[in-house]
Amino acid sequence: MTFPMPDLLPAAPEILVLVMACVVLMFEAYAVRGQADRSEIVARPRVAGYVLTLLTLLAAAGLTAFTANGVSATTFSGMFVDDAMADLLKLMTYLAGIAAAIYSRQYLADRALMRGEYFALLLFAVLGMMVMISASHLLTLYLGLELLSLALYAMVALRRDDAVAVEAAMKYFVLGALASGLLLYGMSMLYGLTGTLELNKMAATLAGGVDNPVVLAFGLVFVVAGLGFKLGTAPFHMWVPDIYHGAPTAVTLFIGSAPKLAAFAFVIRLLADGLQPAHADWQQMLAVMAVLSLAIGNLAAIMQTNIKRMLAYSTIAHMGFLLLGVMTGELNGYGAALYYVVTYVIMSLGAFGLILHLARAGFEADALDDYKGLNSRAPWLAALMAILMLSMAGLPPFVGFYAKLTVLQALVGAGWIWLAVVAVLFSLVGAYYYLRVVKLMYFDTPHSHEPVLATPGDARLLLSVNGLGVLLLGLLPQPLLALCLEAMRLTYG
Amino acid sequence: MDMKTLYLTVPLAPLAGAIIAGLFGRAIGRVGAHTVTIAGVAIAFLASILIFQDVLAGNTFNGPVYTWLTSGDLRLEIGFLIDPLTAVMMLVVTFVSLCVHVYTIGYMADDPGYQRFFSYIALFTFAMLMLVMSNNFLQLFFGWEAVGLVSYLLIGFWYTRESAIYANLKAFLVNRVGDLGFLLGIGLIWVHFGTLDYAEVFQKAPQLAERTISLIQGYPWALMTVICILLFIGAMGKSAQFPLHVWLPDSMEGPTPISALIHAATMVTAGIFMVARMSPLFELSDTALSFVLVIGAITALFMGFLGMVQNDIKRVVAYSTLSQLGYMTVALGVSAYSVAIFHLMTHAFFKALLFLAAGSVIIGMHHDQDIRNMGGLRKYMPITWITLLIGSLALIGTPGLSGFFSKDSIILATYASDLWGSGFAAFAVTAGVFVTAFYSFRMYFLVFHGPERFRHAHDTHDHEADKNGDAHGHHHGGHAAPHESPWVVTVPLILLAIPSIYAGWAYIEPMLFGDFFGSAIVVNHAAHPAMQSLAEQFHGAGAMVLHGLVSLPFWLAVAGVATAWYLYMVRRDLPEKIRRKAGILYTILERKYGFDDFNDWFFAGGARLVGGRLWRWGDVFAIDGVLVNGTARAVGRLAAVVRSLQTGYIYHYAFAMIIGVALLITWFVD
Amino acid sequence: MLENYFPILLFILVGLAIGIGPMLLGWVLAPNRPDAEKLSPYECGFEAFEDARMKFDVRYYLVAILFILFDLEIAFLFPWAVVLEQIGAFGFWSMVVFLAILVVGFVYEWMKGALEWE
Repeated sequence: MTFPMPDLLPAAPEILVLVMACVVLMFEAYAVRGQADRSEIVARPRVAGYVLTLLTLLAAAGLTAFTANGVSATTFSGMFVDDAMADLLKLMTYLAGIAAAIYSRQYLADRALMRGEYFALLLFAVLGMMVMISASHLLTLYLGLELLSLALYAMVALRRDDAVAVEAAMKYFVLGALASGLLLYGMSMLYGLTGTLELNKMAATLAGGVDNPVVLAFGLVFVVAGLGFKLGTAPFHMWVPDIYHGAPTAVTLFIGSAPKLAAFAFVIRLLADGLQPAHADWQQMLAVMAVLSLAIGNLAAIMQTNIKRMLAYSTIAHMGFLLLGVMTGELNGYGAALYYVVTYVIMSLGAFGLILHLARAGFEADALDDYKGLNSRAPWLAALMAILMLSMAGLPPFVGFYAKLTVLQALVGAGWIWLAVVAVLFSLVGAYYYLRVVKLMYFDTPHSHEPVLATPGDARLLLSVNGLGVLLLGLLPQPLLALCLEAMRLTYG
Repeated sequence: MDMKTLYLTVPLAPLAGAIIAGLFGRAIGRVGAHTVTIAGVAIAFLASILIFQDVLAGNTFNGPVYTWLTSGDLRLEIGFLIDPLTAVMMLVVTFVSLCVHVYTIGYMADDPGYQRFFSYIALFTFAMLMLVMSNNFLQLFFGWEAVGLVSYLLIGFWYTRESAIYANLKAFLVNRVGDLGFLLGIGLIWVHFGTLDYAEVFQKAPQLAERTISLIQGYPWALMTVICILLFIGAMGKSAQFPLHVWLPDSMEGPTPISALIHAATMVTAGIFMVARMSPLFELSDTALSFVLVIGAITALFMGFLGMVQNDIKRVVAYSTLSQLGYMTVALGVSAYSVAIFHLMTHAFFKALLFLAAGSVIIGMHHDQDIRNMGGLRKYMPITWITLLIGSLALIGTPGLSGFFSKDSIILATYASDLWGSGFAAFAVTAGVFVTAFYSFRMYFLVFHGPERFRHAHDTHDHEADKNGDAHGHHHGGHAAPHESPWVVTVPLILLAIPSIYAGWAYIEPMLFGDFFGSAIVVNHAAHPAMQSLAEQFHGAGAMVLHGLVSLPFWLAVAGVATAWYLYMVRRDLPEKIRRKAGILYTILERKYGFDDFNDWFFAGGARLVGGRLWRWGDVFAIDGVLVNGTARAVGRLAAVVRSLQTGYIYHYAFAMIIGVALLITWFVD
Repeated sequence: MLENYFPILLFILVGLAIGIGPMLLGWVLAPNRPDAEKLSPYECGFEAFEDARMKFDVRYYLVAILFILFDLEIAFLFPWAVVLEQIGAFGFWSMVVFLAILVVGFVYEWMKGALEWE
């Protein structure tokens, strides 16, 4: 057989990011070689990798935005697809990457982590996510997933002298490998059942009925378990708190934001695209996982004394909410889930960005007690944090409210009223620990009266835009919501 | 000016004031802050008057002013419904708010959070106006949450006080319980009516009157009953009805002006307003009305009892507010919605007056709130004395004053009802009259008459000093003499005293028996005849006063006042003896029937327990130990746990994943 | 029929000759002075038979992992070489891109000093 030369245009952003990731890596390699005294270089912030990363992500965003036309374009023999959902998710991924880079700069410089590796890994992770987002074939999906995962494992271990971070990386790696194993096992069963790895063909075969429903159910369970791990939903959530906590905050910021977009794409591509005919089966599994996640995430978060850990549990709960949107199996639900994940990423970036902003050399600002009386030390930062916390809690008029509302609406529309009630109940429980942060900041007396250090102006500005954006998107929710629903309609309508 | 612009002006003027005072408070200074907010509220008040006259001329409005969000079938828009009910509420809210704004200049004069306070109360006014002017459930809910939020902020205004933080957290959590019911009610309306617009819902309601839903398989419930009870649970939270009343007394930790504005005159009446607004729905369910009636009756009587043993001047007024809210709820229960709104209005005037007067006393006493330390203040604070007396007389229903008309109407309406539970309600509201009179005048006598105990307040030998008699007055360590408050405090008192006197007489006929409310309030007269029988008995305000003089409630009130006079003026040793005799009874009242203890133990403790268990269970897998404790102290312990980390708790994680897969498989593969 | 296998026989013979020839030559021509060290079995600098729980330099793993990475690439190259005729220009360039990326990694590890023992 011969392969035709594929159309590379739909994959142009991916190619750009790949090339630039290699360039950043080379830059780092030669920068070290060129200097005699290495310790001096490590101490001095290396700006080149940082600037190149930002430029790359901006250029990729330009490419994606200019080629976005709402039409699905398939290339690489049906393994790669560029459609409206992919464009939207990729744009958000670049945004998360840019925000992660800008927020992290000072933090990395303070800890001698400002090295090309961080940025090269970030770009490789972004590339992995882009591949996942655009995958229309199980192999591409898996390829992207592994590229992303490997980059993240390495990022967690970036501070290799820190026992906690290395521990976290190790755990992440081993458990991630286990999850990949489960996923691959499930995929192989699906392949055995349908004889194809291409998602569209798989859906067509399944729609024609299967001889062996037991194999299908088995395959589904393993695939869903793998998905559950990547999303961080119960009972596959164990890694989330440890990794969030153990990783350097700059890495936690990244892990806690962009990969959720890719994981969402993963779920949608696999379940809504390839396994749509088996909807009745996976719907139940997702429902179970969603309820468990909401319960464990919200309840366990209450007892945390570390804000990174608290946000980790809150992520579990948020991902449970996301699953509720997906499990409806309807276009409205997918659109709602897309809106949910996009808004969640924005809020998560802001919250971790703030933690980074307050941290300084030798001080992580990750204990809840560090936030006591923040209002009297840095009123503007406290206000931003309050906005983000209230939004995560789902209070109007912040965007988090509309995200929850649309998911609940889709859920009720699909007839899952009891699930909606459960979700609302747990959200109310969850509101407690978000409000506790607000209470600490506004009503408690601070531990120290040290002023918050002056941080780079660009990070501060972006943080303000981020926090106010959460408010603005809540005051004017229509455009983003319409965009998400439209993207889903164009893709799967 | 276009009417729509005028409608928009009403909420937006206070909002503008709030934003300016909040964001630029430091720049514009104290005078700037109170000037802009007072100007905003004054504009809103004037606009409300214009709108009220327009409504009286028969012009109503119902429509959207701004579309917010469209998603599928769901259309979220800001809309106004301007009818007589709204217009009355707007007038009450803006008038009381204006008085409170002016009063605050004096009350908060020395407070460092001056601008912030003005910003909050103007913001509250905005939210409350959005709530009452709404024409759909969603906006109602937003307003509902927004007033709750501002109330939360204001209760905790003095955030350095531990008790204030406790109180605002409590208010927030208790209100969440109510809000859950409210939200579920709105959700049910959305599911079954397919719209959240008042007019459309009311129009469809009669068709759905017979529909049932089954919450538990095999036990059908009338849809209307479920919806109305859920909505009313929301009202119970906001209007502090038994058993969700626990937050209101604690909310007195907030500054007095907001106790008057939010926790007496406006926000707590939002629940009453909401039920009156939903009268087309409530009329369809006798069960829900009975529920409302019984809850209201319990609140009216039993919260009054608690008022009799309080020693904090603000708490006495707070329990009286609870009790009066119970009266309004009783009126709602017997379908006398217009009477409830009427009482809401008169109550807003005299209760705001009582709170502000209490605040004036507190200023005079240099922020001492214990009535046992007061006495004889009438000499020092004449204006406060007179106005508080007027307020108290209005509260206990002295014939001719505003409270008499509204409260007597409620009592009569309750007699005329034949709903399940109306017998108990009739007893409760009648007995409540005696209780009200007793605690009101207990406070009045203790504060303004009798010996001047404040000279010995804070004296460690309190008891001894009492024995020696105060007349000899060794002025050791006591207060400086109380003084009358500045004019910014007393003018609002006088302004509020005026409607407290005449509002009943002037408005009872048009509001209750005229066609004032028109279609805003719907009553099924055939099934719920209370209003009709009330109308039959009514022969003009004068006749009502004459009749009131020979009726049971009046004599009960007189008896209450007389008892208070006897116990606290003549035989001042008796209360102590009674207290000792009635030990258990007194303890029960003192502990507020044990609700707080129960809540703290059961809900708060239970939640902590569940959370703790889950966390510890997670701990077994999750090695919180290292990371949590590592940040804190023991290095040795850290090392130990780090080692245990390396021996592989990771298996536990993997184990949990495998278990998860196994469970999913057993569940779904068959 | 059998003559078809003649080339294979020839290949085996030549292979044996080339393999055995030098060894024979060495045995015949080279000076032969054995000692204990020279006679002990050789395996990566370790004793062949002893307790397996011994300290092991972690750098072995680094080298081993790097070796596996590039070794696997060969496993990929063989089938590619066999079907190169059929997969055309796209197939060719794909492998070039793949190798180029691999070279980037190689350069990085080299520059970072991962290949230096000290």
